[in-house]
Amino acid sequence: MTALAALITRDLKIALRVGGGALIGVLFFLTVVVLMPFAVGPDLALLTRLGPAILWLGALLASLLTLDRLFMADHEDGSLDLIVMGRAPLELACAAKALAHWLAAGLPLIVATPVLGLLLNLDATATSAVALTLLAGTPALTFTGMIGAALAVTLHRGGLLLAVLVLPLSIPVLIFGVAASQAAIAGPLSFGTPFSILCALSLVSFVIGPFAAAASLRQGLD
Amino acid sequence: MQIACNVYDDYQDAMTLIDLANPTRFLTLTARLLPWLAALTAILLLVGLYQSAMAPDDYQQGATVKIMFIHVPNAWLSMFVWGVMSLAALGTLVWRHPLADVAAKAAAPIGAAFTFLALLTGSLWGRPMWGTYWEWDARLTSVLILFLMYLGLIALWRAVEDPSRAARAAAILTLVGAINLPIIKFSVDWWNTLHQPASVMRMGGPSLDQAFLIPLLVMAVAFSLLFVTLHLAAMRNEILRRRVRALQMMQVSRRSA
Amino acid sequence: MRLSGRGVRCVRGGREVFSGLDFEASSGEALAVTGRNGSGKTSLLRQIAGLLTVAGGSIGLEGGETELTLAEQAHYLGHRDALKPALSVTENLSFWRDFLDDQAGQAFNPTDSLAAVGLDHALHLPAAYLSAGQRRRLSIARLLAVRRPVWLLDEPINALDAAGQSMFAALMGDHLARGGLIVAATHAPLGVPAKELRIGGVS
Repeated sequence: MTALAALITRDLKIALRVGGGALIGVLFFLTVVVLMPFAVGPDLALLTRLGPAILWLGALLASLLTLDRLFMADHEDGSLDLIVMGRAPLELACAAKALAHWLAAGLPLIVATPVLGLLLNLDATATSAVALTLLAGTPALTFTGMIGAALAVTLHRGGLLLAVLVLPLSIPVLIFGVAASQAAIAGPLSFGTPFSILCALSLVSFVIGPFAAAASLRQGLD
Repeated sequence: MQIACNVYDDYQDAMTLIDLANPTRFLTLTARLLPWLAALTAILLLVGLYQSAMAPDDYQQGATVKIMFIHVPNAWLSMFVWGVMSLAALGTLVWRHPLADVAAKAAAPIGAAFTFLALLTGSLWGRPMWGTYWEWDARLTSVLILFLMYLGLIALWRAVEDPSRAARAAAILTLVGAINLPIIKFSVDWWNTLHQPASVMRMGGPSLDQAFLIPLLVMAVAFSLLFVTLHLAAMRNEILRRRVRALQMMQVSRRSA
Repeated sequence: MRLSGRGVRCVRGGREVFSGLDFEASSGEALAVTGRNGSGKTSLLRQIAGLLTVAGGSIGLEGGETELTLAEQAHYLGHRDALKPALSVTENLSFWRDFLDDQAGQAFNPTDSLAAVGLDHALHLPAAYLSAGQRRRLSIARLLAVRRPVWLLDEPINALDAAGQSMFAALMGDHLARGGLIVAATHAPLGVPAKELRIGGVS
């Protein structure tokens, strides 16, 4: 466990020190949300109705923003070689890196949600519902996105290709995240059903993500 | 890759074309098989098309029902091809079989084409039946996502120069896709029932008349054979393309020696 | 402890780099891998480290800890130094110590290893400020912070000055005296007695 804790601490330290990794994500999130009214018009009633969807889309794009560097940075400076050789199972090391990335890049988005909710005229219940679904759903985005990040190491290229590969995989998370928020705001469904499925999706991604990423890294180092 | 390039420049002796023993047997076998397969496919397609044309019009849908004879086999194959690629992906990752790479790579564009045809024929059928080319119906939506995933996979194949490296990356993505496709299908169904009541008329109604069933089955077999034929031909092309690549690499290193 | 390779074959990008390579090194021995550029020295080291697939033949370690793989008993010091510029010298070293060593809870004093490589004056400076030679010294400190019997070194004395080279030669001597094992890809003499393994014929 020391090995994994050390990996998480190191990644968090680097994320906080280099160029404010967390801050850029939040800034991007804010910008996307601010752009929306310019596209759909400053109609507060409409924005309220679209609010959860806008927040979820913003969070989805913001969490993809820094993801392609997840393994690439370690690959470029040789750290990845040593991580693969280490005694800690590579699957767990991948999970630790994804967790660190989520803590550094995903959690700030959730903290920022209440402020952005104000801009979209969402009331307290709606905002907290969206924040709760983001809390349950963004880990799934990070853990499925991690597969793409590991493929980027194999391919020596990330960026847009990563987004093309990863975005279709995130459709279920988007569907249930927005559905749960809508259910909490307007009904008619209960909040529990889509929210439980959202949690289930996150749990599934905790299993698939690290294994697929580790397999990809083992294949792709040469 | 830079290190690898240096290797090619300096290395000259004991060069071998890797992994060709097996593909060579494959090439001779398919060379003999392909003309027969192609002929059989053509005959079955002609028979199927004739039967489809002769099938009676549906009392509700009229002549548009005949689109289904093409639409259904394509939709079926769009999913079947992903299954073939998943098997090939296992072959790449577990057994490291060189033909598995080739099979996976050759199948992706064909699968994408079948998926596209399924979408196209579906929307042509939807125009007279639903009054719109596109409906965010659960089935259409999940096939559209399948199409997007095929395109992503093709982009992945194209993004990498070294075929064996691309093969392993694509294999992992294919398998992840195979796990995710049912999840996506399920969530889209759920999403669809949430957003709109199921007003969509399903093809054929409760029971399918024999007059429709037989041409449909013939067409399904014909399209499956079409897939096998195209797939084998595409695999041959891919093997030959790799040989050309290997020969070019040999030529480069010979000149620098 | 004995590291041996039998008929090792290496393929990169569909091309054969070398084949039929035999080598052997026992405890207390150093193996210097030589050969011109592109003959596959780095590839061989990465194969021993388990980072590159062995296309044919076998590489094995006898007499090591049976529950660990060869890679888990080896240190790999490659061209890329696995240092994060944003972290301080101590933080870089402590991280690798914590990550690579699974014997948790032992007190660890990074100053010792850093003093051994002559970096104890820069403990809290960010690694970004280090010169190439100093970065190499910091990577070498990693070999000392966590004990592993097999050292795989890729051009280890590149970027080191004369004092650094003799310092590293002394450290390698210590490692061999403790029963360690070194495989090094090198163009220059290592500074310790070593068997030579030449790849790619005689030039």
